[in-house]
Amino acid sequence: MIHPQPRLLPAGDSALLIEFADEINDAINDRVHALADALRAQARPEICDLIPAYTSLLVCYTPQRVSFAEMCALVHDTLATLDTRAPRASRLVEIPTRYGGAFGPDLAFVAQHNHLTEDEVIRWHTSVVYRVYFIGFLPGFAYLGSVPEPIAVPRMKTPRARVPAGSVGIAGRQTGIYPMESPGGWRLIGRTELSLFDPQHDPPTLLQPGDRVRFVAV
Amino acid sequence: MLLVLDAGILTTIQDAGRWGYQAYGVPVSGAMDVEALRAANQLVHNPPDEAALEIHSPIALQTDTPHLIALTGADARVHINGRALPMWMSIFVRAGTTIEITPARTGGWRYLAIHGGIDVPRVLGSKSTFLRGKFGGLEGRALCAGDQIPIGAPTLRDLSAAAGKSIAPRIYRADIHIVLGPHADWFTPEAIAALTRAEYIATENADRMGYRLRGTKLTHARAEEMISCGVPLGAIQVPPDGQPIVLMADHQTTGGYPIIATVVSDDMAHLAQRAPGDVVRFQVAGG
Repeated sequence: MIHPQPRLLPAGDSALLIEFADEINDAINDRVHALADALRAQARPEICDLIPAYTSLLVCYTPQRVSFAEMCALVHDTLATLDTRAPRASRLVEIPTRYGGAFGPDLAFVAQHNHLTEDEVIRWHTSVVYRVYFIGFLPGFAYLGSVPEPIAVPRMKTPRARVPAGSVGIAGRQTGIYPMESPGGWRLIGRTELSLFDPQHDPPTLLQPGDRVRFVAV
Repeated sequence: MLLVLDAGILTTIQDAGRWGYQAYGVPVSGAMDVEALRAANQLVHNPPDEAALEIHSPIALQTDTPHLIALTGADARVHINGRALPMWMSIFVRAGTTIEITPARTGGWRYLAIHGGIDVPRVLGSKSTFLRGKFGGLEGRALCAGDQIPIGAPTLRDLSAAAGKSIAPRIYRADIHIVLGPHADWFTPEAIAALTRAEYIATENADRMGYRLRGTKLTHARAEEMISCGVPLGAIQVPPDGQPIVLMADHQTTGGYPIIATVVSDDMAHLAQRAPGDVVRFQVAGG
């Protein structure tokens, strides 16, 4: 459901959660990022961080400088003048990926689970252009959607203790790339050598919200 | 420079945090008890958000030049060349001095500030160490024996004249103020009532990412999975097992468990200093 008016919810005394809907779709996600961009452009010292996600935006603020009521008023004013028709800057980023074998230890499982061959899974995974809905979980981990229904697969019941950096995984209808070695429960189908996160760069991530992503089998 | 004789376990360099990069999935990190960090910096005439050593276990250091230092946070013994000195006080140490810090008990966080600050490069605007990301602080890692910690140039002319200044030790309490939500409507009324009436116990399962508490089960009122959203410091997340987890300095930027309530910023220091086995009582702020 899309809320007729976004819900503004306190998250402690120094953050405000703005919920637009309780279903994932591209128009809602556009609105989340448009609000984040508009607030960022205002460069207000009382706002210390912004965390966009699928359907919501978390605004972190300094309670010594601004109250919850003032933050709500600011968000309402910003929403009133928000232009979501203007297209956001968006790039198409290609991810060269080695599928299967040691690079994608779960490719066989994804194929079996969906009654497909491994090649068909690869063809489906490389067939669409994905949207970067948001970045979370790990520095530079982009939540990409949506994975074609025929290759959707549930995440592992017991996550792996170690997923190598660059691993490409699927969870439900999401796909993503682990920027660094970490524990993780997504089904791993391939691996890329691209660097997804570099803290010495600003911005530090290869992928930005709103970017388009295509996987290319190499 | 400070030479690390005994690094202890998970001793890291932390400042007031790496704000502004959570949209890239970068946690804020920073001191678990920012108030204690600021007090230590104040005692040694540093800017309040300067980096200090965050100490969780016994450590030993040696100076090669004179320094002005101060230790704040959870209780510990400070020995300067074997002589006991108080916490929450600025101390002048000569070149060649051994500084030993021994926590009075397991758990909690202490801050050793040094006049001039810790001279490591800022990464994404902060000197804080983020261990899982392997960046910030000293080469993105915890301290090791033999490390030489670079100290910034002093701005005070007479370090010894600035010593002996003290402030009242902070008393850490069990009562933690919260604001309900943002996902209070994902819980039964009984769960909301239990959160503020029951006592919770801090468990061993506590690190810079989060503190797992044990107590009355907090039951979800809705069966469906929540859509992941951005999560604030102090969020009290409740996984399906009903045992709350409070998100701490190194917490992930987004999460998919409903947040029953969020600890107010002024009380995060008190919560951070709860050790395994300690009681935690939540009460609604202003209520």
